[in-house]
Amino acid sequence: MSKKTLIVVGNGMVGHHFLEQLVASPAAADYDILVFGEEKQLAYDRVHLSEYFAGSTHADLAMGTADWYTEQGIQLLLNEPVTGLDRDQRTVTTPKGDYHYDELVLATGSYPFVPPIEGREHPHCFVYRTLEDLDAIRASAQAGKSGVVVGGGLLGLEAANALKSLGLQAHVVEFAPRLMPVQLDTDGGALLRHKIEELGVQVHTEKATTAIVAGEEARLRMNFSDDSHLETDLIVFSAGIRPQDALARSSGLEVGERGGIVVNDQCTTSDPHIHAIGECALWDQRIFGLVAPGYTMARTLASVLNGDQEAAFTGADMSTKLKLLGVDVGSIGDAHGQTPGARNIRFNDEQIGHYRRMVISEDGKKLLGAILVGDNSHYDTLLQYALNGIALPDNPETLILPESQGGAPALGPDALPETASICSCHNVTKGDICGAIDAGCGDLGSVKAETKASTGCGGCTALLKNVVDSELEKRGVEVSKDLCEHFPYSRQELFHLVKVNGIRTFSTLIRQHGRGHGCDICKPAVGSILASCWNEHILATDHVPLQDTNDTFMANMQKNGTYSIVPRIPGGEITPDKLIVLGEVAKQYNLYTKITGGQRVDLFGATLSELPEIWEQLIAAGFETGHAYGKSLRTVKSCVGSTWCRYGVQDSVGMAIRLEDRYKGLRAPHKVKMAVSGCTRECAEAQSKDFGVIATENGWNLYVCGNGGMRPRHADLFATDLSDEELIRTIDRVVMLYVRTADRLQRTSVWMENLEGGLEYLKQVVLEDSLGICAELEEHMDGIVGTYQCEWKTAVEDPEKRKRFREFVNAPEKKDPVQQWTTERDQRRPVLESA
Amino acid sequence: MKARTCWEAVCTVEDLVPESGIAVWTAAGPVAVFYLPHRLPALFAISHTDPFSGANVLARGLTGDLKGQPVVASPLYKQHFNLVTGQCLEDEAVSVQTYPVLLDGNEIRLEVPVKQSETEAA
Repeated sequence: MSKKTLIVVGNGMVGHHFLEQLVASPAAADYDILVFGEEKQLAYDRVHLSEYFAGSTHADLAMGTADWYTEQGIQLLLNEPVTGLDRDQRTVTTPKGDYHYDELVLATGSYPFVPPIEGREHPHCFVYRTLEDLDAIRASAQAGKSGVVVGGGLLGLEAANALKSLGLQAHVVEFAPRLMPVQLDTDGGALLRHKIEELGVQVHTEKATTAIVAGEEARLRMNFSDDSHLETDLIVFSAGIRPQDALARSSGLEVGERGGIVVNDQCTTSDPHIHAIGECALWDQRIFGLVAPGYTMARTLASVLNGDQEAAFTGADMSTKLKLLGVDVGSIGDAHGQTPGARNIRFNDEQIGHYRRMVISEDGKKLLGAILVGDNSHYDTLLQYALNGIALPDNPETLILPESQGGAPALGPDALPETASICSCHNVTKGDICGAIDAGCGDLGSVKAETKASTGCGGCTALLKNVVDSELEKRGVEVSKDLCEHFPYSRQELFHLVKVNGIRTFSTLIRQHGRGHGCDICKPAVGSILASCWNEHILATDHVPLQDTNDTFMANMQKNGTYSIVPRIPGGEITPDKLIVLGEVAKQYNLYTKITGGQRVDLFGATLSELPEIWEQLIAAGFETGHAYGKSLRTVKSCVGSTWCRYGVQDSVGMAIRLEDRYKGLRAPHKVKMAVSGCTRECAEAQSKDFGVIATENGWNLYVCGNGGMRPRHADLFATDLSDEELIRTIDRVVMLYVRTADRLQRTSVWMENLEGGLEYLKQVVLEDSLGICAELEEHMDGIVGTYQCEWKTAVEDPEKRKRFREFVNAPEKKDPVQQWTTERDQRRPVLESA
Repeated sequence: MKARTCWEAVCTVEDLVPESGIAVWTAAGPVAVFYLPHRLPALFAISHTDPFSGANVLARGLTGDLKGQPVVASPLYKQHFNLVTGQCLEDEAVSVQTYPVLLDGNEIRLEVPVKQSETEAA
């Protein structure tokens, strides 16, 4: 039996999704499948296109691999545009030849609309659609200083962010009176504009470009209809999309007045053997420019080809939730209140920059739509009300009010009906998730793998986790928050037990509240809690066996069993005499020397027995331990500040030293880093730290919960224009709340992300004292600060503690034979043969 | 033929650290001795060499129990080793040498193979 031939024109996200659906269905056996792609690359994730500028590669963004196509028996022909379609002969034409089809799927997507402006062909004018476009923009940006995006919609703002990330002064030029005119109203658009301008992007609304000519100070000049102009080095057009329907037009398929291949509910065109899906298709006079509706069409068509009579595309939800230039924006359903009789409830706090609007039905029972700017934490709840027609509470305004003003908590997963759509990209309902759990999925990972939920745009991640946790709990599966097999408690609960019951040793805690004898998970966690609460020396007899090796020996173990030493250099300020001592000690013990990222000096290669000797010398020279080994404050990095710098407005070094001296030694759930910049130029990179302080003319701005490392996160602005004393009290409170409530090994960034209510909640607790605990937090911190001791000073002065630093207790002169050395770039480094 | 062994005195009770380990140098090389006072017997001796890194560090690991077995966690890459059998819990193909250990008065003694050269000299 000979197979029929199915040809797919277009290898984008929707085309790829269609193939995934088709090959997983019985109909796959009926067809030989050919796919034509115009671009050189395999289908990639255009939704996350701007991540390409942040370092993602095509491989990161790719939807599948060439191997996958081969395994599925799909013939993939990339870089081969389809130029002709003969419906009578049922063939498509490419530059390489003609191909016969039995069924044809057009998934040609869209192309960017470039307004017919004189001069738009200039080589420094671009569109924002493909990886090639992005490469060209990047090349052009290298020698440029500024860039303009024409179009202030969703994609335009993405493009502006991309220009900004390339180091350009970014401008957005919009024809309408506000940004994102489709999704937002006047107030929402105004707030978004304000926030984006604060981030340094200049916004020009109600500007119609009449011509692009050569510039005087930059490459190009844009002339506007109001006789004003703007100079720029490059222009990106992002003024909307147009369906790519050229093949359909040339072959006489029915197309819409303003473009788009007309399809019915089965995604079939006016020719029964030709189908169209995604942005090229016009359904009910509408083009869907989002990926989720495209995926729904792809699934519908796959079902149709499998002979499913019921399969139908019935429109799609166009709600969107995104972060544009770091600003939350959400738009749900009938956002503009066009339903007859619709009423509005608005919450607008210009102080903190949050705008929320609910559009409700005439009878006040249903949510029709919503707009959110500045904070998307209400999005999931509102979307569920709107999509599922859940009856609104008697006081619907509570859904968008802050909790402090009587706002209702988010809609719990229990309140959602089985039909509630959790993941709109892959059309996964709460019922599907329950089904997956009943079929044996026992955790979040397996539910994701089984249902594909949250593997599209990722917007539903938090909601999915809540639903899965709640359903597992309902089925009696305990979602374990236990620290380990020895303690049936979370870290926060253990902290509470220790603090309230005044427990001072691990043995008491495990006897009263645990079982067994502990392990390498619970021992250091409890050691840290005890230190946070009572601040006794970590090498006190009861605490020694609790510490990780780095804490036990107060140095950082390296791969060959030797240690590195990092003395504290508060704020990165060091006298020449002290610097000389570091050099002399390093020379004497032949230590490899490297400057750290935290403005300190790291000395590598000390053996266990050398550690106390080295520290005796360092302490005599006035050094203290740097806690580089501890889950505790590391460094407070600083720029040189107003003392020397022409631009500095405050003494950043002085403040950094003050902070470092205050918080040094405090044990926390994980390491804590801080930095202080003396002006907004931010040379200390404070916004990448757990606590970042940036000087202003009037005092200090505090940023919290940033992170560098594997998962970078910009710190959130927490409070502005603080005095010295206010700054320290605010940090005291946040640090102590973190110490008390975070999980084991949870950095402040993740802690914040998991904190119910997030940044707003933290502000209420810390700045408004909504829980009435601030006095206690400060008192606790004062207690810790008052009992600080240099752990190394105490250790070298105590012969009992020094005994621990013998490499072999019965052979003091014995050198560890595996520690072999070689020389590289004039310094010693280990040669270690792996066993 | 079984290698000749001897009971080598390696340290005294005062050298031990409760719930933790120390390292000693023996005729068989570096050995880690652990003292877990809540157990009977309370002394354990295994090779001090971490098989995953080759570094002599196991005495500096955290001790504890997992599903009732006494273990030490390597301070470098955190694998667990059963203190009685030397078996690595994460990789069944890996284990470390264990040594019989006893308390003789105030002295800790290990049963270690006698070095070939010492056998000949004797």
